Amino acid sequence: MLREQFSREKLLKMLRKMIEIRLFEERVERLYREGKIIGPTHLYFGQEAVAVGVIEALDKDDVVISTYRGHGHGVARGVPMKAILGEILGRAVGTCKGLGGSMHAPISVEHNIPLATAIVGSGLPIAVGVGLAFKYRERRNVATVFFGDGAVNTGAFHEALNLAAVWKLPVLFVCENNLYAMYTSLKNVLAAESIAARASSYGIPSYVAFGNDVLEVYETTSKALEKIRDQSGPAFIECRTYRQKGHGGYDFGTWYRAKEEIEEWMRRDPINMLTERMKAKGFITDEERKKIEEEVAAELDKVVEEVLSSPFYDYEKLPSLVYANPP
Amino acid sequence: MPQLNMAQALNLALREEMSRDERVVVLGEDVGRRGGVFLITEGLYELFGPERVIDTPLSEAGIIGVAAGMAMNGLRPVAEIQFADFIFGGFDQIVSNVAKIRYRTGGQFSVPLTIRAPVGGGVKGGMFHSQSPEAYFIHTPGLKVVTPSTPSDAKGLLISSIRDDDPVLFFEPKRIYRTFREEVPEGDYTVPLGVARVAREGSDVSLITYAATVHDCLRAAEKAEVEGISCEVVDLRTLLPFDKDAVERTVKKTGRPVIVHEAPKMCGFGAELAAFIAERLLFDLEAPVLRVTGYDTPFPFVHEHHYMPNESRILNAIRKAASF
Repeated sequence: MLREQFSREKLLKMLRKMIEIRLFEERVERLYREGKIIGPTHLYFGQEAVAVGVIEALDKDDVVISTYRGHGHGVARGVPMKAILGEILGRAVGTCKGLGGSMHAPISVEHNIPLATAIVGSGLPIAVGVGLAFKYRERRNVATVFFGDGAVNTGAFHEALNLAAVWKLPVLFVCENNLYAMYTSLKNVLAAESIAARASSYGIPSYVAFGNDVLEVYETTSKALEKIRDQSGPAFIECRTYRQKGHGGYDFGTWYRAKEEIEEWMRRDPINMLTERMKAKGFITDEERKKIEEEVAAELDKVVEEVLSSPFYDYEKLPSLVYANPP
Repeated sequence: MPQLNMAQALNLALREEMSRDERVVVLGEDVGRRGGVFLITEGLYELFGPERVIDTPLSEAGIIGVAAGMAMNGLRPVAEIQFADFIFGGFDQIVSNVAKIRYRTGGQFSVPLTIRAPVGGGVKGGMFHSQSPEAYFIHTPGLKVVTPSTPSDAKGLLISSIRDDDPVLFFEPKRIYRTFREEVPEGDYTVPLGVARVAREGSDVSLITYAATVHDCLRAAEKAEVEGISCEVVDLRTLLPFDKDAVERTVKKTGRPVIVHEAPKMCGFGAELAAFIAERLLFDLEAPVLRVTGYDTPFPFVHEHHYMPNESRILNAIRKAASF
């Protein structure tokens, strides 16, 4: 069922964003296989509906805190793909001057993304502090933090949820539950009924959304935001999704996941799901989707070429970036 | 000027800075209604209310992570960790996030956060209420580490730390919170970070130290004077970045440096100072660099008077340096 409130324009925008993320990641994967990427890179294939569904529902002044699997969050938020790829390839044009790499790629002051972190779970308390500052400064904005199922057993997760709940802060916790923390299945490390149930136990209104359905994610996020903006405190969304690839570029995701399971999730590909619904509604044709893909691909051709020929940040200048006034 | 002890001077600094700048918010365990276990934040709750003086649960990663988020979103938080011994629950937040945000965002974001924590022994607190963990943090680029030894420095350094655009760990030597008073300037009084102070002039031996042991060194220096050895006492005040010129000046003057701190010897801050002296000032030395420090054991309970670098241990090192 396609909800009536989604205009063709809105759906096309979301579809395009998801395609941008997918094709961007295809390029990143290719560059990784070609040995052009230094260090690990964690791809967002299959989770596009979470980034786009959540971020589309946010206000531009809301803050987003991302993870080491954050390319998709950056693209969804409108961070230029050139700056994201520049960061992944360690170039000076990167979002962080190429000093962080893939796991820091979406960070952008202009887009209110202050953090993406490879220290799993450590972004949650930071988001609570951002939320506290919003409340203190009497802003109506929300601090949104993405994290995976791997984060939910860290101490930081529990400390953050408790503080946000006790202090009634405007924080939206978004768990991208892709069922595996690297190679460890969630069912082996979670005794509670669900991740969302854990959040409920802290007194936080919690929702479960099918994370491959961008409309469901968008609607759930809107509902959660309404709750938060009523000043009643934080909200928590568990988005059930799946990474179509391995944990990092070096992992194919096969030895610890059943073939049938992977195939089942591939059948529920978030981009195809949205396309089919839009087709049923007469909002798009296969040719039109192909045209979008061609446009994005052309843009990416240009981005890849430009970034690959751009310089690294000057090594000599690194010490000048550690402090405001270097000693 | 009022005569204040260090605890009162710190309290005054917080009061004045909170009055001057409403971005300054204090948070920590029992800092509000109680005013902190050492009463450093006493009265702030009544003056500034619960929005600006926030009682937190026991949640060190939460306190520091939340304070970092506040600092990244327009505030100037001052987080209190009740004892420096408890800081390790928040260690990940400090070294992974707080210290690295400026660098790893390519300068887009900064964390103007001050983390206050009482340090050191001498209060019969035992293993987990007496440690001096400064070296863990001095090892972390992106942080600043500050530790005062007098009431007026405590005020001036704390105000400078709050106003600094980078994160500062502010370690307060708890055993001298209330041991003596001195005149503390009122109003907008700052002591610059990264600048040492010569606590006593001398010409034969240099005692290079910081925090509470400054006073042990001063007492040892008086005794040495009686024996005809003139000691200079340098109080570093800021450990990261430390005042290299001040160390250079005193070593060039005496050629006989003795480094004194409470923390264990192995990879303690004295090791870095000794290496600095060896690299830059080898030919100015008249004697080997000596260190008087805590021992390489966990902080002892009933034996703390042996563990702490007391007057007689410092005096022995002075004699050894002078007679080399």
